[in-house]
Amino acid sequence: MNLTLKVWRQSGPQATGHIETYAAEDIPEEASFLEMLDIVNVGLIEIGAEPIHFDHDCREGICGACSLTIDGIPHSKETGVTTCQLHMRKFSDGDTIWIEPFRARAFPVIKDLMVDRSALDRVIAAGGFVDVRTGSAPEANAIPVGKETADAVFDAATCIGCGACVAACRNASAMLFTGAKVYHLNNLPQGQEEKDQRVLAMVRQMDAEGFGDCSNHFECEAVCPKGISVDVISKLNRDYAVAVAREGLAD
Amino acid sequence: MDSNTSASILDAAIPEGPLAEKWSRYKSHAKLINPANKRKYSIIVVGSGLAGGSAAATLSELGYQVKCFCFQDSPRRAHSIAAQGGINSAKNYQNDGDSVWRLFYDTLKGGDFRSREANTYRLAEVSLQIIDQCVAQGVPFAREYGGGLANRSFGGAQVSRTFYARGQTGQQLLLGCYQALEKEISKGGVKMYPRTEMLDLVMVNGHAKGIVVRNLITGEISSHAADAVILATGGYGNVFFLSTNAMGCNVTAALRAYKKGAFFANPCYTQIHPTCIPVSGDYQSKLTLMSESLRNDGRVWVPKSREDAAKIRRGELKATDIPEDSRDYYLERKYPSFGNLAPRDISSRSAKEACDDGRGVAKTGLGVFLDFSDAIRRLGKDKIAERYGNLFQMYEKISGENPYEVPMKIYPAVHYTMGGLWVDYNLMSNLPGLHVLGEANFSDHGANRLGASALMQGLADGYFVIPATISNYLASQKPGSVNTAMSEFRQVEQEVKERIDTLMTVQGKRSVDSFHRDLGMLMWHNCGMSRTDAGLREALQKLPGIREAFWKDVRIPGRADGMNMELEKAWRVADFLDFAEVMCHDALTREESCGAHFREEHQFTEEDDVVRNGYTNPGEAKRHDDLFCHVSAWEYKGPGVDPVLHKEPLVFDEVPPSVRSYK
Repeated sequence: MNLTLKVWRQSGPQATGHIETYAAEDIPEEASFLEMLDIVNVGLIEIGAEPIHFDHDCREGICGACSLTIDGIPHSKETGVTTCQLHMRKFSDGDTIWIEPFRARAFPVIKDLMVDRSALDRVIAAGGFVDVRTGSAPEANAIPVGKETADAVFDAATCIGCGACVAACRNASAMLFTGAKVYHLNNLPQGQEEKDQRVLAMVRQMDAEGFGDCSNHFECEAVCPKGISVDVISKLNRDYAVAVAREGLAD
Repeated sequence: MDSNTSASILDAAIPEGPLAEKWSRYKSHAKLINPANKRKYSIIVVGSGLAGGSAAATLSELGYQVKCFCFQDSPRRAHSIAAQGGINSAKNYQNDGDSVWRLFYDTLKGGDFRSREANTYRLAEVSLQIIDQCVAQGVPFAREYGGGLANRSFGGAQVSRTFYARGQTGQQLLLGCYQALEKEISKGGVKMYPRTEMLDLVMVNGHAKGIVVRNLITGEISSHAADAVILATGGYGNVFFLSTNAMGCNVTAALRAYKKGAFFANPCYTQIHPTCIPVSGDYQSKLTLMSESLRNDGRVWVPKSREDAAKIRRGELKATDIPEDSRDYYLERKYPSFGNLAPRDISSRSAKEACDDGRGVAKTGLGVFLDFSDAIRRLGKDKIAERYGNLFQMYEKISGENPYEVPMKIYPAVHYTMGGLWVDYNLMSNLPGLHVLGEANFSDHGANRLGASALMQGLADGYFVIPATISNYLASQKPGSVNTAMSEFRQVEQEVKERIDTLMTVQGKRSVDSFHRDLGMLMWHNCGMSRTDAGLREALQKLPGIREAFWKDVRIPGRADGMNMELEKAWRVADFLDFAEVMCHDALTREESCGAHFREEHQFTEEDDVVRNGYTNPGEAKRHDDLFCHVSAWEYKGPGVDPVLHKEPLVFDEVPPSVRSYK
């Protein structure tokens, strides 16, 4: 198939970006979206032009590196996929496709379609863990976790940290991302000791990084490649409110 | 070619005492560093996957100053994340007869008696603690209704010892490890350097004391010094271009260490995973693994006749048109007791044999069916969806076919590399100070790795082994004795800059990928699933040509002083081109078949007793224990010079090597 691409090009973090038009020709429909870009890039390299830069690694939907906004929607309009799992059979010959980076104040552009998502790492570093020293763990089956709890926390833990939720949100909020981790750890017996401290620290870091608040549009859930439910945001709000109240009482 | 069997060059430093007591004795006698002094020592960890991430976090908890480097934008994206199936541990929660000894035995036998007994035993022993640690971190393993941990049987094991988190076990273990790492980063014990790639190792007075890195955003070249260096940089499967590895996986760190004198052990042991989605075209950038857990319920088959297979390839017949008695369920036929669960190397080779026989079913002729229709009839679609739903969905996304209705097509693909830098029992290479963990070292899996053992090894090395062994080295070192102002660092930085300049000034006509594809094709055909003397010699003859063409005609647009993904790829491919030679040398000199290394000249025939008495099949891998019961450790001797082979004899005190039969 033959396509027209409208691609965001930006030579560096400080540079001004613009949309550039490319023809993508003879694209097999079995190719993935990133393989389509590979083909376009080989063409650019052969004429000595700089290839389109984008983040990618595992190309099987689990590492969370790929991060394209396709026709205005992070990871495209297909539900439950990352960009790397999107195949060209979902497009038609002659289509024009707009490709932009994940846009958010907290995700500055590095080059072309690559953005800096280290703010998400810092939210985890603030409290997204169980503080257990290697070697000090009790026997594994001494901590029973019911199957239903295990399945529910798994649904939240499946987050790949891609940041599509942030890019889809009009406020560039990271509540779905943060809520997923808080839900995962605060609902397990292992996570109880640090429950309040975790949610307070993660939410405060989230604010410090420049992520916005949630205004209940749920675009995040719609684009999440792992289908994480906005219920984790309600749970985040509840845990946060309780922790703030307890913090107030302790003062 | 010279070769040596020399205990003095390759001292594995295996502790004295009975096998089952070696590790506890070692720990009781290892040199320690007192808590007040630990903070004076700095350690570099390259890689942030299961091995590197767990090592960095744990060493920081102990009080060392850690610097951790990864080329990805976040340590959470290391390729360990893609592991699907599970992690083995000898917990025996199923009460089905498992034990440390049995896990050790299965791993040793699975590796076709080409791994080091003491290391493999330690791995099985440490497996118990790993599960405890991961559960305490909140890793959401599958559970029973009563709240206990669930297990499944995996990869040919006759006990259920695999812990799993749906089809995303690697992801959940890595996130546990990443969170521990982030915790230490927030406490200041680890300084993390994402988007930073190690380009060379720095040796000071014969010891590994630092690295030279490139900041992938700014292109800046800089040095980092430390009292010890740990490489946890994964495997080299991408030497084949197409593999199940992530696009960025590379051999650079290990190859640069090899060129600085570290021995590369058993590079020819490369595992080809039997259940991947077949290649569909030239544009393809990577291959997708389908978890081998699918073989628990799926049946592998091809048509009995070539004519039927040809009609399927042309689209004139569908799988469902082939009657039961015209199908060849070849694994069940050849290995009645293991059936579709036969080990990876055996399953992969059988698929290749069927396709080489003209009975492949994908358009390209390279594919076999994995059929769930019996299991769906027996268990119902819902049960199958519960077990494999996410995998079926992934398959449908990629292939456009619904595996609930038509059988999947699968074909083997390069997946894991058992070879790696040579290490002793301390996980230290022959270069003092250079430690190597996880897939990057060679020691635990022999010639073939069993399913659900990679995650186990990565975490064993990082959480439990290196924290106990590195003090043995550090205790002999004065902390902070090197710094990046030393001439050794200046010199390596200079070499790195010159190599980048050379790459940037070629300005030829071809993309990096085009050379990588050429290399991959040559390695797949000549050093892949089955190998011959002639094929390997041909590869060794052709490799210099690809390398010369690369250095004459590669084109890297853009500049080196900023983000440049073609430059990153070019550096990695240049290293793969050099690495491929030592891999072929290793495959050529190992004149036997063992595990994943299959030399066509060395297979059982009707002449062999073990075939005549029905113990194994003709065509199975034939080891030569009298000649090749050793680790092949290769020493670099300079460009254009053949590497030198050193042999570490493998001694089996507990389990005498036997012919591996899965019949």
